[in-house]
Amino acid sequence: MDSVLLAASLAASSCWLAIGVAGLLPAAPAFILRLLFPAGAATGLALAVIGAQAAWLPPSMLVLPLGLPDLPFHLRLDPLAGFFLLLLGAVGAGVSVHAMGYWRGEPPQRLRLICLQYHVFLASMAFVLLADDAYLFMVAWETMTLSSYFLVTTDHQRASIRSAGFLYLLMAHIGAIAILLCFGVMHGAGGDYTFDALRAADLTPFWANVAFVLAFLGFGAKAGLIPLHAWLPEAHPAAPSPVSALLSGVMIKTAIYGMVRAAYDLIGSVRWEWGMLVLLVGAGTTLFGVLFALMQHDLKRLLAYHSVENIGIILLGLGLSMVFFGFGHPAAGALGLIAALYHTLNHAVFKGLLFLGAGSILHATGLRDLNAMGGLIRAMPATAFYFLVGALAISALPPLNGFVSEWLTFQAALQAPLLEHGVVRSLLPLFAAALALAGALTAMCFVKVFGVAFLGRARSESAAKKEASLPERLGMAWLTAGCFVLGLFPAAMLHMLNQVGASLTGGSLPSEAIESSWLWLVPTTAAQASYSPLVFLLVVLAVVLITFALVRRFYHGRMRVADPWDCGYPEQTTRMQDSADAFGQPIRVVFGPLYRIHHHHPGPEDARPRYAVHVEDRHWYWLYLPVARLAEYASSRVGLLQRGRISTYLLYSFVTLIALLVFVR
Amino acid sequence: MSAVALQLLQSLLVVLAAPLVLGWVNICRAWLQNRSAPSVLLPYYTLAKLFHKDAVIANTTSPLFRVTPYVLFGCMWLAAGIVPVLATDLPFAPAADIIALVGAFATARVFGALAAMDTGTSFGGLGARREMMIGFLAEPAMLMTLFTAAFISGSTQLTTIVETLAHREFAIYPSLAFAAVAFLMALLAENARIPVDNPATHLELTMVHEAMILEYSARHLALIEWAVATKLTVYMAIGFALFLPWGIAPAADWGALPLALGVFAAKAALAGAGLAFLETVLAKMRIFMVAEFLSTAFLLGVLGMLIHFLMRG
Repeated sequence: MDSVLLAASLAASSCWLAIGVAGLLPAAPAFILRLLFPAGAATGLALAVIGAQAAWLPPSMLVLPLGLPDLPFHLRLDPLAGFFLLLLGAVGAGVSVHAMGYWRGEPPQRLRLICLQYHVFLASMAFVLLADDAYLFMVAWETMTLSSYFLVTTDHQRASIRSAGFLYLLMAHIGAIAILLCFGVMHGAGGDYTFDALRAADLTPFWANVAFVLAFLGFGAKAGLIPLHAWLPEAHPAAPSPVSALLSGVMIKTAIYGMVRAAYDLIGSVRWEWGMLVLLVGAGTTLFGVLFALMQHDLKRLLAYHSVENIGIILLGLGLSMVFFGFGHPAAGALGLIAALYHTLNHAVFKGLLFLGAGSILHATGLRDLNAMGGLIRAMPATAFYFLVGALAISALPPLNGFVSEWLTFQAALQAPLLEHGVVRSLLPLFAAALALAGALTAMCFVKVFGVAFLGRARSESAAKKEASLPERLGMAWLTAGCFVLGLFPAAMLHMLNQVGASLTGGSLPSEAIESSWLWLVPTTAAQASYSPLVFLLVVLAVVLITFALVRRFYHGRMRVADPWDCGYPEQTTRMQDSADAFGQPIRVVFGPLYRIHHHHPGPEDARPRYAVHVEDRHWYWLYLPVARLAEYASSRVGLLQRGRISTYLLYSFVTLIALLVFVR
Repeated sequence: MSAVALQLLQSLLVVLAAPLVLGWVNICRAWLQNRSAPSVLLPYYTLAKLFHKDAVIANTTSPLFRVTPYVLFGCMWLAAGIVPVLATDLPFAPAADIIALVGAFATARVFGALAAMDTGTSFGGLGARREMMIGFLAEPAMLMTLFTAAFISGSTQLTTIVETLAHREFAIYPSLAFAAVAFLMALLAENARIPVDNPATHLELTMVHEAMILEYSARHLALIEWAVATKLTVYMAIGFALFLPWGIAPAADWGALPLALGVFAAKAALAGAGLAFLETVLAKMRIFMVAEFLSTAFLLGVLGMLIHFLMRG
């Protein structure tokens, strides 16, 4: 039974590859849009079903006679991989459906290439999850990086997009080097590079620490931890929107998969010091991400910074889990891991949805700048509804899905009294405080996004156009349904993730939590904490409906429509509404020292006065630009060797040969 | 069945009595300021008047604007059902713990701010922006004080917290003292009271909450005002549950209910008078001073939590 599932997931991943290649056929664009993308979506659904099944079953393995001689590809489907396949398949399906509408009107030649790269990208992510040896893992990882690089640079005619793509490629490869070194360290002295051999290798604590730090850095560069996040806000906006949805929704989650796989499975014994490192970086990443998101007025850049923030929230759950496992509290550790994985799935669903929504806005209006939008809810009511659900979900408001995983993370942090180590015990609640602050800031940011983009009056001529096409709406509706299902029925997910965690670590939630009914979400015991989103929603809905009926019954529904209050000043323009930058002003004042802010004020004699404010990321100035200058300096020194004369090069060869003869022999 | 009846009774009582609490605060304030006080029932008359009027809706708004008052009212009802006011035997209480309760308030705030943005006027945006700023500062402070109580009682369920705190041996918890001060500061901010916001002003430069609801009229305004009053009463009830948990009827004890009602009325009368006193002696602060005010509240909450761990360890 289990090997059937593995074979099926292999078939589905190969199906994506085949669809990609079929895209190169010289057929009409309708063939790609109406046939290949839906087929890709169906493959995604199949993979999601397979993954959901595999999360409950013991692992199964397969060896493929491919790859280098004596180095076959090993595949393995275990509950952890199954869970991430579910994520990849479900989100991929929604994005593929949206893409059918989004890429209408692309030139055929470009569309063929997009179709190839897009499906290779999907397939490579599936192979990353299925890989069971370091060799296949790295091949799939690099394929994922390269295919996504080409997707990011789809509009490569623009220089800004080329440089964003280069930055992405560079950071991805710095990460890949760290991952490669990590496998080397885990490998130790003997054996081969199958994950089984890596699991069996007996590392000293020092080398285990080195392996973990390398894995954390390597996968962290892909996930967008500070200070390795710089590529994210450049690459995500550069890519076409369905690709941004995949990058942000799924690809950065493969990095979370890699961290969990490396720390809990391959290295094995988790240490609490790792947890503290992950918590510190996670808290910094969360707060930094949301504070910079609040400063953005480019919708896709803003969403990219929120991906940084949410990776931080996932890391908070992961770090709590490591601390508890490190101190020998498997039940609390399992809770932290479940919270992290739940948030991984939730973020994939709502961030995918928000990027698709941003794509539909871009498609319908040609705008990415929030300051030019406004009142879109009138032209695009369906898109507005889906976007609102995504915005409420990411703001961690009950009863949607973002709240469930943040609630579980809080509950994990509140297990702190279990710990014997006094300092760590007092520090854990501070991370909960960071999470609370980030959650409230996110709510502010999405009030800004939704309020400025969809509500109020149009700020420019191009803002009000037409509703998104049917496939685009279907794609968004699918992910919106995901936000509701994951939010309203969390107990089923909790059981599945408990299974995943137990298969990985042996740690499981207390029996009261597992045996609680589907209606109640109970992380430990019912006396300690419980939450029922369905009851929550039903009570609010019932009160809303009853109140509405009573008001109509006892009073009246009379209503007049009039101009809004103009404060006695009739010359109102739409530019007097809050812009995205104006909405972020309190943050600029309260958190000023964190940013590099440039104000531009007009002088008293300016004929065309202009006000502007630019906010920059300090990391560029203390880290990236110095490193870039150092690299430039080093290469200019090395460049001294390159004289461009053949005789000089022959001299080098001669000297090298002599040296080798003398020293090596 | 009786538990469900009790649940409905409590929610109804809190929501119906909320304007009375507001009226009491107002007359206390009038006395302290040497004005002649209006009737304590004035908030009810105002609500009735507003319900009778014809609504005027700005032509720039979307349906979200009209749904929001009902959503706010629904969120406050839910909160009124979860906080143990009269008894701890509430069947809905397991549906939301303190974190979900803060989430319900956050939902209400987000909808209120969105409705304000929906009007497309500079006032709406100004109010929404300031309200969200106060919100993101107050929410973590609130959660920290709640976490202190959660650590003491080992639960985030309000009913469990009340039962643990009410039946402990009488002892002064320094951590709770810090938490109480932080809670009071967060309460003032969350409910738009002086010194953070002034519920009686309509001056452009200073208003926060009133700027958000400037476009509302008639029944919509009535629902919002009622929700605001309910929020204040619920916050008071949370404060009683955490810091003065005595007198709340334990599970399955109907005989204790009349006493619980009396005790709650007495506590609310005292708290209302205290609030009026605070609002009389304090002045409203500049908007960016609020950041300092609330970060102080946050730090006090964190200190309370650390002290709890230090004293225990």
